[in-house]
Amino acid sequence: MSATDNTILIDEVPVPFKPGQTILDAALEGGVYIPHLCAHPEFAPHGSCKLCNVIVNGRNASACTMKAAAGQEVEVDTPDLHAYRRTLVQMLFVEGNHFCPGCEKSGNCQLQALAYDSEMMTPHFVEFYPHRPVDASHPDVLIDFNRCIQCELCVRASRDVDGKSVFALAGRGMASHIIINSPSGKLGDTNFSVADKAAHVCPVGAILIKRIGYAVPIGERRYDLEPISEEATRCAVEEVK
Amino acid sequence: MSDNSDVVSRVLERRHGVSTQLLQILREIQEEVGWISPETARAVAAGLGVPVTHVDSVVQFYSFLYDKPPGGYRILFSDNITDRMLGSMALFEHMLKRLKLIRGEVSPNGAVSVDLTSCTGMCDQGPALLVNNRPVTRVTARRVDEICDLVRSGVPLSDWPAEFFRIEDNIRRADTLLGSRYQTGSATRAAIALGRQGMLDEMKRSNLRGRGGAGFTTSVKWESCRNAPGAERYIVCNADEGEPGTFKDRVLLTSFVERVFEGMAIAGFVVGAARGLLYLRGEYRYLLEPLEAKLQAMRNSRLLGASICGAQGFDFDIEIHLGAGAYICGEESALIESLEGKPGKPRIRPPFPVTVGYHGKPTVVDNVETLADATDVALHGGRLYAGNGTRHSSGTKILSVSGDCARPGIYEYSFGVRIEQVLKDCGAGDVAAVQVSGPSGVCLTPDEFRRHIAFEDVPTAGAFMIFGKDRDLFEVARNFAHFFAHESCGFCTPCRVGTTLMRDALDKIADGRGSRYEVNELMRLAELLRRTSHCGLGQTAGNPVRDTWLKFRPAYERRLIRGDFDPAVDLDAALTRTREIAGRDDAAAHVGAEA
Repeated sequence: MSATDNTILIDEVPVPFKPGQTILDAALEGGVYIPHLCAHPEFAPHGSCKLCNVIVNGRNASACTMKAAAGQEVEVDTPDLHAYRRTLVQMLFVEGNHFCPGCEKSGNCQLQALAYDSEMMTPHFVEFYPHRPVDASHPDVLIDFNRCIQCELCVRASRDVDGKSVFALAGRGMASHIIINSPSGKLGDTNFSVADKAAHVCPVGAILIKRIGYAVPIGERRYDLEPISEEATRCAVEEVK
Repeated sequence: MSDNSDVVSRVLERRHGVSTQLLQILREIQEEVGWISPETARAVAAGLGVPVTHVDSVVQFYSFLYDKPPGGYRILFSDNITDRMLGSMALFEHMLKRLKLIRGEVSPNGAVSVDLTSCTGMCDQGPALLVNNRPVTRVTARRVDEICDLVRSGVPLSDWPAEFFRIEDNIRRADTLLGSRYQTGSATRAAIALGRQGMLDEMKRSNLRGRGGAGFTTSVKWESCRNAPGAERYIVCNADEGEPGTFKDRVLLTSFVERVFEGMAIAGFVVGAARGLLYLRGEYRYLLEPLEAKLQAMRNSRLLGASICGAQGFDFDIEIHLGAGAYICGEESALIESLEGKPGKPRIRPPFPVTVGYHGKPTVVDNVETLADATDVALHGGRLYAGNGTRHSSGTKILSVSGDCARPGIYEYSFGVRIEQVLKDCGAGDVAAVQVSGPSGVCLTPDEFRRHIAFEDVPTAGAFMIFGKDRDLFEVARNFAHFFAHESCGFCTPCRVGTTLMRDALDKIADGRGSRYEVNELMRLAELLRRTSHCGLGQTAGNPVRDTWLKFRPAYERRLIRGDFDPAVDLDAALTRTREIAGRDDAAAHVGAEA
């Protein structure tokens, strides 16, 4: 079957797209799941986590940044790509300190959900065990940098939606880390509020709203109820309707 | 702190308080006050009206910006493999010992710090080091001792022997670019005579391709930029020459710079740009004043400025931006980010700079050598230019030759020259391997020495590092892995984490604790990085280990343990701190003594 003007082929299945849409957006709306972490429907593509790596007409590309174009043949579900994604998830696990059983984000965490999705059984690599002190200075929000995966969603949300620029990514390479815009470097000394968009976009357990951690018991949470692949496509399809 | 605030306001005023000048502002402040303190960062942020995090993220990104006071003398040994082959590590250790220092730590009196830095582009006259950003070449044990004495006596750098700072061009073979007499202004006048379209047509005929290594056809870039919608356009000269083993741009900027600047002006003429930016790597800070003087001389003779050579509407001027120790800024979109005063992280491409570049405007980013070559095209025409070299690679290529040979230096050849010819000319005897185009390039063995330097065969940005028969190619790969881990910008997961994992696996093998397991992991990581990394740095970071494993397997095998696997965690070593706390070191305080 050949692709028509507004259709791409994803793993040989035709998927329609709207002009200007990325491959990731088109796929999700079309009910095809492509794993992703740093991409968020409300923000401009970022392209840093590389989990959405796919093959477009024979070449690797990030589905979140590449625009869909007629005639594209996209490979998503191949053994190689699946293995790359699992390795990338493992990399994110070992560069930080992620202890799912003791994390109050467990069940709502996209990194954990993607570990299941990519059939990750162990962290595989030697853990880096970085030293990352937590910031509990804010009355309503805790930052646990141990779990930060540097997707910069909080950076983008605070800057572009909240207009506060509370967060920034500083440093280079493995020394990259989130810094906070206050004289003390502490969140408590900023004008950050629990009502900010940036308080609600963290895909992992790095930015946690205090006192609600276990309001929903473990076992009844978002990815406890359905796997991330089904949840993400369902949400994308509902969004369109 | 009050004198600092004077400096801050003076520099801000000079830079018109524009936040896109942030990197230049911080560099200039630091040159006067030594480092960027939290107070200075806040003052700069307030002066520019940006969040202080913006300033901090720039300071923390660039190796040559300091958020803690460095030593009064900041000594950085160049750590390219060619420096190591000339004995740099022994000299480094010697200096640390003599000054009673720990690597990277400032002496208790704040006088001096000694550390390593990525290749400083002095490979043909190494080992090299930087003292407060000034290169010292041909370092010997005696010179280390002399430096230690000067440091101890607190002699200001301006009173150090000039011989320390002598930098040679070492041009060993000159061809059409380096060997022809050149009259300043002649290429600009020739381009004006051809007209904007005429000059572009000559560029098309010349088939000149970018000398930064990728080999994109220059006329296509210029034409795309010219045709891109927008009123303002920019010409950027990429003088970030950070690829270890490359130093030909340094020589072009030292002795042929009018051709580079004229090349920029000609590019501006063709695409309709009035402003040029030269991005000079921080390691070449010492070239700033001579380059500024040359720009002024060219303005005085109307080769820059308004109505160049009297041609109405041909207005073009150039400003120089300095980098601050970040290899990634050689990637064109990272370079543009850096020009805009931000951390040098590669942008999402497309769109490419020819349509969305500096400040979002159409921008040509060309290598130093490409722009110098454009003057040849202007002078002699595209057809003559295309007649030199090979069918797909016209003109000449300048090679930076270093490593095991009698005559390291600069060699200009017509494209198509065989590797073996270069080796013969530079006096390289018993050669085991040549690393062409730096760590991100390719490692060639003697059975490949009949191959040609050309985009269609062995493409190169210019580095040509030679390894003799007694060299250990495993250590070469390990040096390159450390380089990539140090220079990864950290933006994307595979490169940020993967370069560190590869470095650690090679270190484990070097420790005699690696097995085939580590090698398999290295190959798997190299492939993952090649396929999924955001930019060329990560995509090529696995090349050295892949090449050397394929071609120099014994160098690995003699280090590998025979078992399947040795755990990364050394249980006994992990108990070191515990033993310290418990104050015991008897046999029972150790885990399973090795059988």
